[in-house]
Amino acid sequence: MDLNLTSEELQFRDELRSWLASNVPKDWNEWREKPIEESFPYLRAWQRKLQEGRWAAVSWPKEYAGRSATLMQQALFWEEMARVEAPPMANSLGLGLIGPTIIAYGTEAQKQRYIPKILSAEEIWCQGFSEPNAGSDLAGLQTQAVLHGDHYVVNGQKVWTSYGWVGDWCELVVRTDATAAKHKGLTVVLVDMKSPGVEVRPLRQMTGESEFNELFFRDVRVPAENVLGKVNDGWNVAMSTLMYERGSYGARLHLIFKRYITRLIELARNIQRNGRPAAQDPIIRQKLAQCSAEIEIMRFNQMRAFSRLTATGVPGPEGSIQKIFWSELNQRLQQIAQEILGSYGQLLAGDPRAIDNGMWSYAYLRTRGNTIEAGTSEVQRNIIGHFVLGLPRSY
Amino acid sequence: MQFGLSESQEFLKDSARKFFAGECPSAQMRRLMETDTAYDAALWSKLTDQGYTGIIFPEAYGGVGLGKVELMLLMEEAGRALLPGPFFATVVLAGSVLDSVCSPAHKQKYLAPICGGEARSTVAILESNASWNPRDIQLNAANGKLTGEKYFVSDAAIADFIIVVARNGVFVVNAKAPGLKISPMIAMDLTRKLYVVEFNNTPAEEIGAITGLARAFDVATAALSAELVGGMQRTLDITVEYAKTRKQFGKPIGTFQAVQHQCADMYLETESSRSAVYYAGWALEENSPDAAIAVSIAKMYASDAARTVGNRGIQIHGGMGFTWENDVHLYYRRAKGSETAFGDATFHRERIASMVIDAGGVAAKSA
Ligand SMILES: Cc1cc2nc3c(=O)[nH]c(=O)nc-3n(C[C@H](O)[C@H](O)[C@H](O)COP(=O)(O)OP(=O)(O)OC[C@H]3O[C@@H](n4cnc5c(N)ncnc54)[C@H](O)[C@@H]3O)c2cc1C
Ligand SMILES: Cc1cc2nc3c(=O)[nH]c(=O)nc-3n(C[C@H](O)[C@H](O)[C@H](O)COP(=O)(O)OP(=O)(O)OC[C@H]3O[C@@H](n4cnc5c(N)ncnc54)[C@H](O)[C@@H]3O)c2cc1C
Repeated sequence: MDLNLTSEELQFRDELRSWLASNVPKDWNEWREKPIEESFPYLRAWQRKLQEGRWAAVSWPKEYAGRSATLMQQALFWEEMARVEAPPMANSLGLGLIGPTIIAYGTEAQKQRYIPKILSAEEIWCQGFSEPNAGSDLAGLQTQAVLHGDHYVVNGQKVWTSYGWVGDWCELVVRTDATAAKHKGLTVVLVDMKSPGVEVRPLRQMTGESEFNELFFRDVRVPAENVLGKVNDGWNVAMSTLMYERGSYGARLHLIFKRYITRLIELARNIQRNGRPAAQDPIIRQKLAQCSAEIEIMRFNQMRAFSRLTATGVPGPEGSIQKIFWSELNQRLQQIAQEILGSYGQLLAGDPRAIDNGMWSYAYLRTRGNTIEAGTSEVQRNIIGHFVLGLPRSY
Repeated sequence: MQFGLSESQEFLKDSARKFFAGECPSAQMRRLMETDTAYDAALWSKLTDQGYTGIIFPEAYGGVGLGKVELMLLMEEAGRALLPGPFFATVVLAGSVLDSVCSPAHKQKYLAPICGGEARSTVAILESNASWNPRDIQLNAANGKLTGEKYFVSDAAIADFIIVVARNGVFVVNAKAPGLKISPMIAMDLTRKLYVVEFNNTPAEEIGAITGLARAFDVATAALSAELVGGMQRTLDITVEYAKTRKQFGKPIGTFQAVQHQCADMYLETESSRSAVYYAGWALEENSPDAAIAVSIAKMYASDAARTVGNRGIQIHGGMGFTWENDVHLYYRRAKGSETAFGDATFHRERIASMVIDAGGVAAKSA
């Protein structure tokens, strides 16, 4: 055990730090509160800049313009990005989940065709997994693809598709063999969202925004060469995407959560409770301390998991601990924020009296989604029970 | 950065696990807990042969000179076996206090026999107010004599000398000193006995100033948290095994999500405690500026988690969990004693608050 950075890690971090110092946009604060439709070109430009510095996809192999960064370096990357409050990248699903899946399962031609444009944010990707009748039970999905000569004809519906409204391409999971067992008849196809028959409808979420969409596919033609991996092996391909999803989040959250709690402590010093600052109220102190401690423990867990993964190579079921930990911690954190802000906690952006321009009321609502997206907490507990502890499957 | 165990650390942990499984299996642990002191001379000499009694102390005093992470690993395995007797009191607590407060001559006199397995000891800290805040200590030495009483002193009856924390210094009292009276407190944890220690004009040798105690108590607090982790791991293992084999309604009860999800939470709580404890061990070893807060994070989290893991473990065992013969309650009892020792979660949350809210925050070391 040695938690000091190695010389390679230090070099990586320092190179990134100095690059960020001269390249990170100074005006992100003016953009961050705007609707994402408006700021999207800004985020694309930022990603292109990162790509020019070869910082857009540090985890990718060098031959795909990455840096073959170790897990620890990836964690450092997100810490540095959070430290300078860098804007997010436009193509976050393409870079974080779908690109790595294409690199792992794609043909040479597919890699040549898709990877450069994922990196340059020229083509934005979305993830078409969930359906109205297949969320947790993803393998029960019904969107159908039937082979006609050199192309598939796709019919069906997807839902909760983040970035659907701006997506150029979609990693779509479809059923290609209706007679096989449910995990065995699935295939992943890469679908051009401009194909005739694709319809994208906005889906308004409880925060009031439309981060995601419903997708409808009516007789959409998808060239057979767009199959990713093997036909009827889509379950494994999709699982690898989900493993990247669960494994990747935590690293970037530590500093974000820390910024929340630091700000909250600052607010608690200035908000009066029972005739004294909330920061001196013993119960509030207990809760802030608990939360600060858990934020650190989240990071310790992450670092331990990374060290373990470095030995084994691929993310495994222990990613489920991270997913439960960060999502439920974020909810506890926002709950404490509400307790400290009291009546002001409910004010939304737009009300001039809202604290921090409504950031806390938004976060309170948004964190409800955290325990649902990327696999619900219940499903994560099933995964730990069965795959980690070896308990019998409950269903 | 490498937050995994090195090969030699894995080796130490592994051999400690095997050692305790062989030398202190459940039957032996239960036999010892029924005795007055839970001490076994033969077991102690085997602990000594392993080098465990001198694990973190300098070779000059017969120690092995290993680091705090290694101490965490050893204590984790001792906790898994619910090692009865004065190992924590003697080696971790008294040893660390001697190591941080006293002169080389005193170390030769008191620490060396601990390392060599010849002496048992303990540290008397709490008084009748049971406060872990050092400011609440009342006992004062006058003219080299102590008069007063200490409560919740673990393993005092088996100690050859007792280290006493007074307002005006740290003292050593010989077990045979005049005016010393040791009487048991009847407490939940049967494997680690507690005592009231009374002094009546009892001669005491001053060995150092109380300013050196904070560091020693941090080491002891982290080690106690490590021991809790071992207990949680054992409770989890026993419980998962039971959930796989116990059948009701024609299925293993582990099939039911109400059971399975509790096991998943036990796993999450155990692993998270372990992460916090390893970090604390490392921070202490490196004298990192966040060592004190790291210790509080570990103790706070492990204190609450050990209780919760125990609650779940007993519940999942159903009626079996409520029986004397099942070991889970023995870990649960130890967890209660360790939860309050060196400050419970509430105490450490306030300590964290004073560091992150009032002092502006020495945050855990960020890469
Ligand atoms: C903010 C957000 C962003 C999202 N982005 C995307 C995206 O980009 N692409 C995409 O494909 N999907 C996306 N999703 C969808 C997400 O993956 C699903 O919502 C999630 O997997 C749950 O599926 P469901 O909504 O159908 O709920 P259901 O599966 O119907 O679950 C309902 C409830 O039942 C519980 N449950 C279900 N099965 C079990 C079981 N076996 N054991 C115990 N409990 C169970 C669940 O935990 C949940 O509490 C997003 C969701 C959110 C909230
Ligand atoms: C203090 C005490 C007094 C008692 N007195 C009496 C008495 O006077 N007379 C008498 O006949 N009995 C008595 N009992 C026995 C008691 O009724 C049983 O212990 C209880 O019904 C549980 O059964 P079990 O111990 O076999 O546990 P199990 O049924 O084996 O349960 C083990 C665990 O699995 C869970 N579990 C089991 N089935 C399911 C399921 N379908 N879904 C979800 N979870 C499940 C349980 O909730 C429990 O957590 C007493 C028990 C105690 C502790």
